[in-house]
Amino acid sequence: MAQDFTWQSAGAIAQAVQSGQASALAVTESALTRIAALNPKLNAFTAVTAARARAKARALDAGGKTTLPLAGVPFAVKNLFDIEGLPTLAGSKINRARPFAAQDSPLIARLEAAGAVLVGALNMGEYAYDFTGENLHDGPSRNPHDLTCMTGGSSGGSGGAVAGGLVPLALGSDTNGSIRVPSSLCGIFGLKPTYGRLSRAHSFPFVASLDHLGPFARNARDLALAYDLMQGPDPDDPACAQRGVEPALPLIDRGLDGLRIAVAGGYFRKGAFPEALDALDRVAQAANARDTVDIPEAHRARAAAYVITATEGAALHLDRLRKQAADFDPAVRDRLIAGAMVPAPLVMKAQIFRRWYRERVLQLFERYDAIIAPATPCTAPKIGQQTFMLDGVEMPVRPNLGLYTQPISFIGLPVVAVPVPLTPLPIAVQVIAAPWREDVALRIAHALEQMGVAAAPRPNL
Amino acid sequence: MADPLDDYIAAAAAALSLPLDPAWQDAVKANLAVTLKHAATVAEFPLPDEAEPAPVFTA
Repeated sequence: MAQDFTWQSAGAIAQAVQSGQASALAVTESALTRIAALNPKLNAFTAVTAARARAKARALDAGGKTTLPLAGVPFAVKNLFDIEGLPTLAGSKINRARPFAAQDSPLIARLEAAGAVLVGALNMGEYAYDFTGENLHDGPSRNPHDLTCMTGGSSGGSGGAVAGGLVPLALGSDTNGSIRVPSSLCGIFGLKPTYGRLSRAHSFPFVASLDHLGPFARNARDLALAYDLMQGPDPDDPACAQRGVEPALPLIDRGLDGLRIAVAGGYFRKGAFPEALDALDRVAQAANARDTVDIPEAHRARAAAYVITATEGAALHLDRLRKQAADFDPAVRDRLIAGAMVPAPLVMKAQIFRRWYRERVLQLFERYDAIIAPATPCTAPKIGQQTFMLDGVEMPVRPNLGLYTQPISFIGLPVVAVPVPLTPLPIAVQVIAAPWREDVALRIAHALEQMGVAAAPRPNL
Repeated sequence: MADPLDDYIAAAAAALSLPLDPAWQDAVKANLAVTLKHAATVAEFPLPDEAEPAPVFTA
């Protein structure tokens, strides 16, 4: 009988391959079989790169490369990452006519150099302007915990593929919350690193001044393993920092001793559903986070991120809006057209406020090593659900699922979304650290896992 | 009475050479109203003339 790698961690799979208990090809075949069986339900994949994956696995097995840190680990990427030989869809109909990518994204190349095996491209909200995981052209990503529910977006397929056990590792992007929102609704771990930490070269952009890339996994250790292997400068991304690799994995077992952790109050409790506050309280108690801090002007930070996103996104797509407006998802198109019409001084005001806000929030990290906050206001809404009640007011779901993530990515802070396995649906808490301290957020996430507070629940599929 | 935002959208669409299907008008207007509301929330916050924007160009 074939071995079942469905719920194994990336680290355990690599160990099995390294020790000769399993071949990279056997692991790859297991993943491809599971994808074929479950993708019709989950709609997580938009392309399966089976031939490439088998060739890569055979080469690993034949070439004595099974000692690599991710030997034989299957992974998949949001379809805005360039994959050699495929058009980079970014969730759109328009990009289907683009020339095929001439090379892989450097993050794919770095993971594959470490022995990982790319098995496909993942569904996403059109041009990443989305928090639902729904897609007009490819159909919605479906939540493995309840197929009638959203995965969250825009990295919806990344959330569904990891939570559904199709792959132990996926990559996504996060401009305003697109890693953290699906991590929360699908109940998995997601890392949005510091702005500038991981190269965005050869990925389809959205908002250059806010775009980040990062990994998803079912435990914090796998996140750290993949993250460490993707670090390092890249001249092809002008925003990528000139910093050497600062490994987080060797520090992950240090526990909570000596860490000062606070809970974000005010804005970050307003509108939260009881389940979001329940998850936050459990994490706060386990982390001994007794102080509540006010992240100053968070509502204005969210507003500024909203303005910058609409306008920079409009600038990126202006020519397509002129020539191919009818080919967009109307929900994306109408937001982008509106963004194109926002007067420039208002955008500059948002960028000026951004610096002020950054300085104020960084002052909090003089007193605390990490701040915890809800990741989403609620667990997964139903697919197609248009509105929900936030603080007694009916609000649209699509832009407001990112209410709590947006003020954090706005100033590029590193965050691990840590899932709390509530029933019937999981929900995540953001563990937010100071710039360049991903190690602190990952260490806390791992400690919460060890304490039994955080876990990626296994769905019945 | 005509809504000045409708006139603004028509003028901006023309200035930007953006074809605007009349069927999209209401949704574009609703989105623009929300975005301008967020922009006003930011703009009303007092900051000194010396405050620098976040992105810094390096020569």
